[in-house]
Amino acid sequence: MTVTQVPLVDYLVLGDSPHLTANECTACGARFFDRRNACASCFATDFKKVKIATDGVVRSFTIVTFAAPGVPVPFAAVIVDCGGTSVRANLVNVEPTPETVTLGMKVRLATYSLGTDDNGTEAIGFGFEPA
Amino acid sequence: MASDDIYILGINMTKFGKYPDKDTVDLAAEAVIAALADGGVTMRDMGVLAAGCLMGQGGIGQQIQKQVGQTGIPVYNVSNACATGATALRTAIMAIKAGECDMGLAVGVEKLAGVGLLGGGGSPKSKSKEWTPSGRFGSVTNTDGLLGTATMPGTFAQVGMEYGHKYGGATFELFAKISEKNHAHSTLNPLAAYTKRMSLEEIMNDIMISYPNTRPMCSANCDGAAAAVVVSGAKLRTLSKEQQRRAIKVSASILTSDPYQEACQVLPDVNTLTRIAAKQAYEQAGVSPSDLDLVELHDCFATAELVHYDNLMLCEEGGAVDFFNSGATWRDGSTPVNVSGGLESKGHPIAATGIANIWEVCHHLRGEAGPRQIEGAKVGMAHVIGLGSACGIHILEKSAL
Repeated sequence: MTVTQVPLVDYLVLGDSPHLTANECTACGARFFDRRNACASCFATDFKKVKIATDGVVRSFTIVTFAAPGVPVPFAAVIVDCGGTSVRANLVNVEPTPETVTLGMKVRLATYSLGTDDNGTEAIGFGFEPA
Repeated sequence: MASDDIYILGINMTKFGKYPDKDTVDLAAEAVIAALADGGVTMRDMGVLAAGCLMGQGGIGQQIQKQVGQTGIPVYNVSNACATGATALRTAIMAIKAGECDMGLAVGVEKLAGVGLLGGGGSPKSKSKEWTPSGRFGSVTNTDGLLGTATMPGTFAQVGMEYGHKYGGATFELFAKISEKNHAHSTLNPLAAYTKRMSLEEIMNDIMISYPNTRPMCSANCDGAAAAVVVSGAKLRTLSKEQQRRAIKVSASILTSDPYQEACQVLPDVNTLTRIAAKQAYEQAGVSPSDLDLVELHDCFATAELVHYDNLMLCEEGGAVDFFNSGATWRDGSTPVNVSGGLESKGHPIAATGIANIWEVCHHLRGEAGPRQIEGAKVGMAHVIGLGSACGIHILEKSAL
């Protein structure tokens, strides 16, 4: 039986080479990850899907030790500059400590399983791991 | 005083802290009655009321009227995140500027004691475990904690760390030293929720909330209210010499939202809109950053205070770390910042904050700040930012009388 997979968010593309996509404004090039009504930068309404680089640099981070109920801590939240497009994610496959997580560290996209639901569908999440 | 100038005629803040036996209307009414008395006027003189209570159910303005005086004037209930109080004040100012009335009242109130962590979380999308995409990102589950953090301490931690990535020098210890300053300042403010001086070691060894912000580096959730009476220059001229002497000129009143920038929808950009608001405020007031005798800025977290030194142009671009390390922002420095103790110790009852910081500045400009008086203060700035974002800046000047 093949397990059906679903991405955590619709801008994560699964398959042989998982990557993120953005809605890019065809008029000004501004990129957005969410469903769009219009461009926040130039107000145009045409968008195309573009692939986001899977390699990036940590531009900012925090190590969250206090979170809402049900959110496991600690974890490192990062803002990653992926070739000029900023992505918000967690750092994965590394201990979340101020010694191991550093500004400017090189990272790459990594996917992982979030578990299987009652219908046998597996959700796949993403984060960034040290490159 | 020019006819179309705007002045603060009366202003008050309650002590910030825990009020288990008072509701938001009680606290707001206390601030309103005291602000009216401070200005020597009554509800009968007010032509407009603007009120905010971010976590309230709405209609706070009318609820307050029912306790302090129902005169039939227009009420604007405003909501603008942590800039709610500044927005209420600016709404009353705009009504006077528009010529609709010559005196107005603004009030902000919040009950937050014991609320705990703000931001983040959210409930699971469904009770049965089923991965079904929904929402603007087509997410199959709540993404807070999976794709970064939406908590306030975490968001503002990243704001400060981003500054460090750009310019360097922004270490855990540096941010803790900013908090050390504000906690030291708070010892002179009897209205602050917390007035305990804390050593650098105590701050750094306290509970880590979201690196590099430990608990004392986070704004304190508490209860409180603040209210202000604003008046036109034309009307003020008809009032007593004593009222004119104590009136504080609003040299600039600015509100901005964030213009689009790359990444602003990924990590809130609290910088661009603050810088724009500051530039507009300096131009409107005709003053420069070096003219400021004191600044109350939005230190919702120690990591935020650093970036606003730069955004408010109190230092050279990129120079906030050196600026702080020079001692400039301590109360005996060249640009005292948050001599009230700031949100980290005075407390942050959200909608009250944007008027309470105006109260602090007015208190010094009137020469009534007692042991924490900044001697000879003539010009001050009050700044707030609400995530989303909204930035309110007011520049205030001592009366010429």
